[in-house]
Amino acid sequence: MDNLIKGDKHYWEMVIGLEVHAQVKSNSKLFSSSSTKFGSSPNSQVSLVDAAMPGMLPVINKYCVEQAVKTGIGLNAKINNYSVFDRKNYFYADLPQGYQISQYKYPIVGEGKVTIDFKDGTSKDIRIVRLHLEQDAGKSLHDQNPSKTYVDLNRSGVALMEIVSEPDIRTPEEAGMYISKIRSILMYLDTCDGNMQEGSLRADVNISVRKPGEEYGTRCEIKNLNSIKFIKQAINYEAKRQIEILESGGTIEQNTMLFNTATGKTRPMRNKEEAHDYRYFPDPDLLPLKIPEDDIKLIQSSIPELPDDLKNKFIETFKLSNYDASVLTAEKQTSDYFNDAINSDPDLKNFPKIIVNWITSELFSLLNKNNLDLKNSPVSAKNLGQLVKLITSNEISGKIGKDVLEEMFTSRKSAREIVNEKGLKQVTDQGEIEKVIEKVISENSKMVQEYLGGKDKLLGFFVGQAMKETKGKANPKILNDILKSKLIKKN
Amino acid sequence: MKIDKNTINKIARLSRIKIEDKESEDYIKDLNSILDWVEQLNEVNTDKVEPLSNISSSILPKREDVSKDVNSSDEILENAPDKLEGFFAVPKVVE
Repeated sequence: MDNLIKGDKHYWEMVIGLEVHAQVKSNSKLFSSSSTKFGSSPNSQVSLVDAAMPGMLPVINKYCVEQAVKTGIGLNAKINNYSVFDRKNYFYADLPQGYQISQYKYPIVGEGKVTIDFKDGTSKDIRIVRLHLEQDAGKSLHDQNPSKTYVDLNRSGVALMEIVSEPDIRTPEEAGMYISKIRSILMYLDTCDGNMQEGSLRADVNISVRKPGEEYGTRCEIKNLNSIKFIKQAINYEAKRQIEILESGGTIEQNTMLFNTATGKTRPMRNKEEAHDYRYFPDPDLLPLKIPEDDIKLIQSSIPELPDDLKNKFIETFKLSNYDASVLTAEKQTSDYFNDAINSDPDLKNFPKIIVNWITSELFSLLNKNNLDLKNSPVSAKNLGQLVKLITSNEISGKIGKDVLEEMFTSRKSAREIVNEKGLKQVTDQGEIEKVIEKVISENSKMVQEYLGGKDKLLGFFVGQAMKETKGKANPKILNDILKSKLIKKN
Repeated sequence: MKIDKNTINKIARLSRIKIEDKESEDYIKDLNSILDWVEQLNEVNTDKVEPLSNISSSILPKREDVSKDVNSSDEILENAPDKLEGFFAVPKVVE
């Protein structure tokens, strides 16, 4: 029930489906030999095919076909031995052909599914309707000149995989998790670079609202969202907009919407009266695409270990929770880092959960703060392993460990170097800790009386004082034990 | 299926072709006669026939993923009515 959102009059449920456009990671375009390199000077990577000069014919890129099949297998989907390229007809300044070569009735990949994992340990399957191959359009710049639009065709003809989900998504968070999971699968497969800022991965969101249990409502489509944050914002805004209309007695008009990233609002696209009529028909320049079963098997055998396989392996080998394992495997660099860390010392095998925590909370927050990525982390996996080893073998406390990690981050020294240099080794000597505690107790006799009189909370005060005396180096467990026994003895 | 004036206007708009009102009667007649002729195909029973998207039985030729790095901008923009700093410049597309 916590999936519902409250309007003024009713509770409503969102029904969401995503169309993800993933750029195939290839050297050349889908139907021409032009380069796909990002950020080149305008119109420098445009062949006569991409510019739709008369008489030019498309020739399909074999590699792009294989990447689509590979991705289909990664999405647990059916690969179609027979598929057809169609023309999707519309006029736009950045579409020189006047049509986009796409796939309509016979896509290269059919039904599949991906699983998303929630923090509470549960999972949910999102069904995939299809994946098809299509050409990207060029890029239009509308804001450079008051009376002109500038067009760059470098992107025109680049291969895209459009991955269409069933409307199985119910919250903005699920939508975010779904696209993260798709991105993760694509990056493990290496079929798309997953770079959302550069537009290699973007999504159209279909959303409607309904009262729980009722039929689907009329949906609107929000076009071209290129970050998970914007996807969530756009869904939240659009759902609220639809609920307000419905609760005030109106009806939803099926519409294509644009999301304004500056205001966080959606608005309908203009020229909506020309409801899109794409007049799909098979492209006469291209024969049907036939993929023999043997080719599919060959591609299947090249599929690397995928995040879900790796996740299950981590759960089994290290007894990690489903959620921890899914965080660890979401990006290949994270699972590689974890593997390197845990394998850096034989004793660490017993502390997988502690290693996960140091990576996903401590290290990640330092990386975030410094705008860094795990790839360029100043703390190597081996050094992080050494830090965890120092903590788990009681040489330093966890609290000191955090300071050491920060120091490692800035100085790039190893954990052991820092601990030795600064003399941070934990005091585990009973006698030494006892002396400190006796000092604290004798200096605070009034507090001791209050504590013994029933103010249990004061224990924390004594711990704090004793820690201060030892500069945080006392082993907290030993300190606690001795402190408690001393305070009772006084009684 | 019958073509009427609304359909003609819609097709014209989708194709970005300007059709004068007085011309549309001719188009209605022409298109209807084409459709009537094609309608004859409905007499054939195609219940168990898969749609055909190409009559050739040859196999789709494929190329290797090799990019040819040539700076195309001068050649591509040569015929452009208006251009600026390597971009095509077209009348403002408002969206």
